Amino acid sequence: MKAPRLTDTTLRDGSHALAHTFTRQQVRDIVRALDRAGVPLIEVTHGDGLAGSSLQYGFSRVPDLDLIAEAREMAERARIAALLLPGIGTRRELKAAVERGVQVLRIATQCTEADISEEHFKMAKDMGLETVGFLMMSHMRPPELLAEQARLMESYGADCVYVVDSAGAMLPHDAAARIRALKATLSVQVGFHAHNNLGLGIGNTLAALEAGADQIDGCLRGLGAGAGNAATEVLAAVLDRLGINPDLDVLALMDAAEYVVAPIMPFQPFPDRDAVTIGYAGVYSTFLLHARRIGERLGVDPRAILIELGRRQTVAGQEDWILDVALDLVRQQQTAPA
Amino acid sequence: MGNETIKVAILGSGNIGTDLLYKLLDHPGAMELVLLAGIDPHSEGLARARDLGVATSDQGIAAVLERPEIQIVFDATSAKAHVRHAKLLRETGRIAIDLTPAARGPYVVPPVNLTQHLDTLNVNLITCGGQATIPLVYAVSRVTPVRYAEIVSTVASRSAGPGTRQNIDEFTFTTAHGLEVIGGAQQGKAIIILNPAEPPILMRNTVYAIPAGDFDAAQVRDSIEAMVAEVQQYVPGYRLTNPPVFDMRETPWGRMPVVTALLEVEGAGHSLPPYAGNLDIMTASARRVGEVFAQQLLSRREVLV
Repeated sequence: MKAPRLTDTTLRDGSHALAHTFTRQQVRDIVRALDRAGVPLIEVTHGDGLAGSSLQYGFSRVPDLDLIAEAREMAERARIAALLLPGIGTRRELKAAVERGVQVLRIATQCTEADISEEHFKMAKDMGLETVGFLMMSHMRPPELLAEQARLMESYGADCVYVVDSAGAMLPHDAAARIRALKATLSVQVGFHAHNNLGLGIGNTLAALEAGADQIDGCLRGLGAGAGNAATEVLAAVLDRLGINPDLDVLALMDAAEYVVAPIMPFQPFPDRDAVTIGYAGVYSTFLLHARRIGERLGVDPRAILIELGRRQTVAGQEDWILDVALDLVRQQQTAPA
Repeated sequence: MGNETIKVAILGSGNIGTDLLYKLLDHPGAMELVLLAGIDPHSEGLARARDLGVATSDQGIAAVLERPEIQIVFDATSAKAHVRHAKLLRETGRIAIDLTPAARGPYVVPPVNLTQHLDTLNVNLITCGGQATIPLVYAVSRVTPVRYAEIVSTVASRSAGPGTRQNIDEFTFTTAHGLEVIGGAQQGKAIIILNPAEPPILMRNTVYAIPAGDFDAAQVRDSIEAMVAEVQQYVPGYRLTNPPVFDMRETPWGRMPVVTALLEVEGAGHSLPPYAGNLDIMTASARRVGEVFAQQLLSRREVLV
């Protein structure tokens, strides 16, 4: 195995866990700590990407573009990445983000819909950015279909395509099979993004590395949607023990997790009963807090909502269906014979 | 006099043009479809039209221009083609009903503002998401000012053609703009999601509106329900999946009440599967717009006679 490139996405995936309330100062502190610890790429965006600030996903306390500018200012060695989901963010926000300092663009689509990203890849490449394709909810399709979609992203100009386990639903052999299929098909790099809903965030990332993944993602303290992501500081320790540490300062990352991120966390993401249900039902990790809020308001078990959302084959970004499903469940409870 | 009709043509023999063909034959109203013009002689749409006894041409706009009796033209081609068509149709005095994103003329949503534009020669139907959601934003804004409206349209992957996929940014810009200028929101935002579930999902839309001040929830609910009934007159598969919801949310303007309407559109299945409500609502709206223009042309003709 060779040393992978690590992208820290505390300031993007972690935005979900904080209900998109990152402040300028928090961004500066986290970027400084990651930069000093040798993390080469730091993603900063609303959890649902550029223009994700909305009623659907939650409004940002501070506009994305301002946080990106803060991050760029603080980073001495690290480069700054942003996420864009076509259908939510557009080329307008892409252009604005580049003007504020974004150097790498990660473009995410549902794993079956890569062809909606063509214009965005082209524009990003025309603007001289490094680009990464993000195939979300990759557990929903078998390796060979995923590889076809990854090929599309490669043809549009992706420099790397990620298998994204947005639901934290994969087992290690699922992650490995998908990485192998992409490695066999693409000439560009392949990455893996884990969620810890089934307690496999680090394990799946290791399986992906063994299968040939070139890039991986982490968040300090695992701060991310659902039960969170593979923890950056744990990944660093593991990579070091494997002898493939890509120049990360393991102790500095532990300190960053402990003293910079832990104090601002509203809760420690963990595979608790609702988060395990997300992995078990195979639904988008960001549904967690929305399902809890709506479940509490309407008196419905969030797990029942999440399982029904899985049955309806919901995909990334469909937070609005949570209310619909919860209302349907309330109606069923009311009409069910006592 | 009651048997008189206005002669109309369809430009474009793809999915949309073909579905409109069936709608105009099933419910002609004041219109008589006399031509379906495409540019691909082998297109399935042209073959279907011929089988149904409708004159066809593979000469596109030229075939329409040759027939001065055609007064209304539905353009279901592409934004780029429509820019050229719009000029030619205007020069020859035809009414163009534009189903492409070209937007050369004002936006129309039948139950909201159609009657304001009956003197123009070119009207645009915005987007499928716009046709589905703008009526409900307007339903709120007509009873209380709307500070912010946001919509999420979720369509079955199979119903999103290459045009939608390559121009997904245009869907969000155009729909958001429509929420403002037609829906009456001070600020609009639109999101589109493609869902690959099998069997395919029906088109779903969620409409969020933040009223600017105090409002009467019962009045808003009644207005939304009345608007749904009005749209159902031309899109029978248009319905709320649950009653409107009112709750408090954190917003950039502080903690504000939010109105949420959950909407489903089942297609009438003329030539398209029922899940493609997004295509059905475009052709159903186009037919409705054409009908109102045709009735107006007929009433003017009566006056002249």
